Amino acid sequence: MQKFLLQGLLRRALTEQAPIPNPTSIAELGYTLERTARQKLGRSLSIREVDAGSCNGCELEIHALSNAYYDLERFGLRFVASPRHADVLLVTGPVTKNMREALERTYAATPDPKWVIAVGDCAFDGGVYCESYACVGAVANVVPVDLHIRGCPPDPTTLLKGLIAFVETMS
Amino acid sequence: MNFASKQIAAQPSPPTCLPWPREIVDRVGWLDFAESLAKGERELLSLWGESSSVHMAVLEEREPRLRIVTLECPEGSFPSVGQLHPPASRLERAIRDLYGLRAENAPDERPWLDHGRWGVRHPCNDPEKIDSASDSYAFLPAEGEPLHQIPVGPVHAGIIEPGHFRFSANGETVVRLEERFGFVHKGVDQLMAGASIERAARLAARVSGDSTVAYSLAFSQAIEAAFDVNVPPRATYLRALMAELERLANHFGDIGAICNDAAFALMHAQCGIVRERILREAARCFGHRLMMDRIAPGGVVVDLEQENVAALFTLIEWIELMTPRLIALFGDTTSLQDRTVGTGFVSEALAKQYACGGYVGRASGRTFDARKAMGYAPYPQLTFEIGAAKGGDVDARVWVRFDEIKASLRIVRQILDEAPQGPIIAAWALPEDWTREGAALVEGFRGDIFVWLRIRADGVVQRCHLRDPSWFQWPLLEAAIKDNIVADFPLCNKSFNCSYSGHDL
Ligand code: SF4
Repeated sequence: MQKFLLQGLLRRALTEQAPIPNPTSIAELGYTLERTARQKLGRSLSIREVDAGSCNGCELEIHALSNAYYDLERFGLRFVASPRHADVLLVTGPVTKNMREALERTYAATPDPKWVIAVGDCAFDGGVYCESYACVGAVANVVPVDLHIRGCPPDPTTLLKGLIAFVETMS
Repeated sequence: MNFASKQIAAQPSPPTCLPWPREIVDRVGWLDFAESLAKGERELLSLWGESSSVHMAVLEEREPRLRIVTLECPEGSFPSVGQLHPPASRLERAIRDLYGLRAENAPDERPWLDHGRWGVRHPCNDPEKIDSASDSYAFLPAEGEPLHQIPVGPVHAGIIEPGHFRFSANGETVVRLEERFGFVHKGVDQLMAGASIERAARLAARVSGDSTVAYSLAFSQAIEAAFDVNVPPRATYLRALMAELERLANHFGDIGAICNDAAFALMHAQCGIVRERILREAARCFGHRLMMDRIAPGGVVVDLEQENVAALFTLIEWIELMTPRLIALFGDTTSLQDRTVGTGFVSEALAKQYACGGYVGRASGRTFDARKAMGYAPYPQLTFEIGAAKGGDVDARVWVRFDEIKASLRIVRQILDEAPQGPIIAAWALPEDWTREGAALVEGFRGDIFVWLRIRADGVVQRCHLRDPSWFQWPLLEAAIKDNIVADFPLCNKSFNCSYSGHDL
């Protein structure tokens, strides 16, 4: 424990630097995101993640957004436990028929103004499961979607970029 | 029990399944198997259906060997295995939901994956159109004056998969937990039927995202068994490399998450860093962070470049440095011990009865590991120890994971040192003549994954059954949480980390 704390003082931070003058870098986009998000929504944007039938691959990468490298919270973005606290629903999966009602109810429980971001190829069009009797397919078939972030699964950088694009188009 | 007579009763049937021939039994033979499971002479590996037959895969206790038996049931029902051997019960309920075959005298006749919302009944076998009904499900009663129920899910508070948990509690103490699943059922069985081998491989890789390498490996091995494909040695090493990287990434992620649920965020942060570095290295070496679709029937689709070998060595050295520190942090922190020791206990008897694989089984004294037991390449050439513990609690499951991390590090080192050069994929063609069957059992990070498949003469999949280790771990979570406090559920649940998607399929 002491060792960790001591090392913490001596080592450089893992978190990737914010102000790098490269327009495509995560950090710069992150900065834009932070500024726009603050303009629109005050201090922060609260995200509620909903797995509507994913294989869990998308969740793993969404989780990674909170690790020390990406540290989503420094941009004022945070994951919340309840749709009642959320501005944004981040939805994954080919919406299984058994999850459809849960997704609709989660959406209904989210206060206005609210937005939906569909994450992953499954959420876009059902992905490999698109012809299944058990899936509805695209998230947009169930709730209105404001942005798709494609990938199987999208990596954390793609997710960050998508979130930024989203905040920018919100205006 | 007379083993000899049963061997005679069981006749191999065409097409022969490789590497374990499928044997046809009659109803008496089928029940004999069920009885031997109940007595602990065999272990149940899986139970699955088809249009008019049911199949069962078992592990022979004495000489680790797999057997697959089939019962024809043209009249649409078969003697329940679950009535004698409870681990079969959920599988039988799933067979009924998907294939309409009924287990006679089954202990539990409630649907399992079917919530009445698909618009069809038994979708995989002569589907019958129905109106989607609202979802009603009779939970088991828990009665008594001070008891109250706490329903949780399917949407949970964290970033996790959906499922429903019904707690009956006496104050804070859990008296019964009942799980209800099927929320992420995606109809994989039916999508598999009629799919080309390429499409089927993509589906298999997406059964459970955290085990994508293991599923691809299991699927590919089953195909290779069916078509007698010789995988080049280098490919087997690269497969094992990917499988061990997947295991490492998941164990670090999970250990961090378990500690986080015991309010120890420092471990979570540290473990998250290790996991991220592994995934980044995986992306650099193989072009995908989770290594999805990198293993294909016949071998692997990307080679490991020489310059990446050095990068992997650096990664391994760094993890080897970090691991003892994380172990010390876990082992020396009393606040962690306070939450994990004695919490979520699974007995040895239960782990054995359920043939529970992975760290859940190993933490309760069941040391089965498909890498050793099945001895698929390249593992017989590598030296490594399998983790084992007897504590059966959250703490033991964490220690077993640390053991597995050490073993995987050792394996990766050996692979980097010893992987032979050569081709990475075997050229193979579909013989046009006859139907083939193959099966495989491989060790995923969570436990053993079983695959059985039949390829039709025209080269498409007729039936592919994939069995996630979670089938035999989820029921033990119900047992583990009993007599613990409700607040310890997340901790127990994380220490199991069963798959929802892999189970619901
Ligand atoms: S997009 Fe890919 S990773 Fe995401 S849920 Fe679908 S199959 Fe899984």
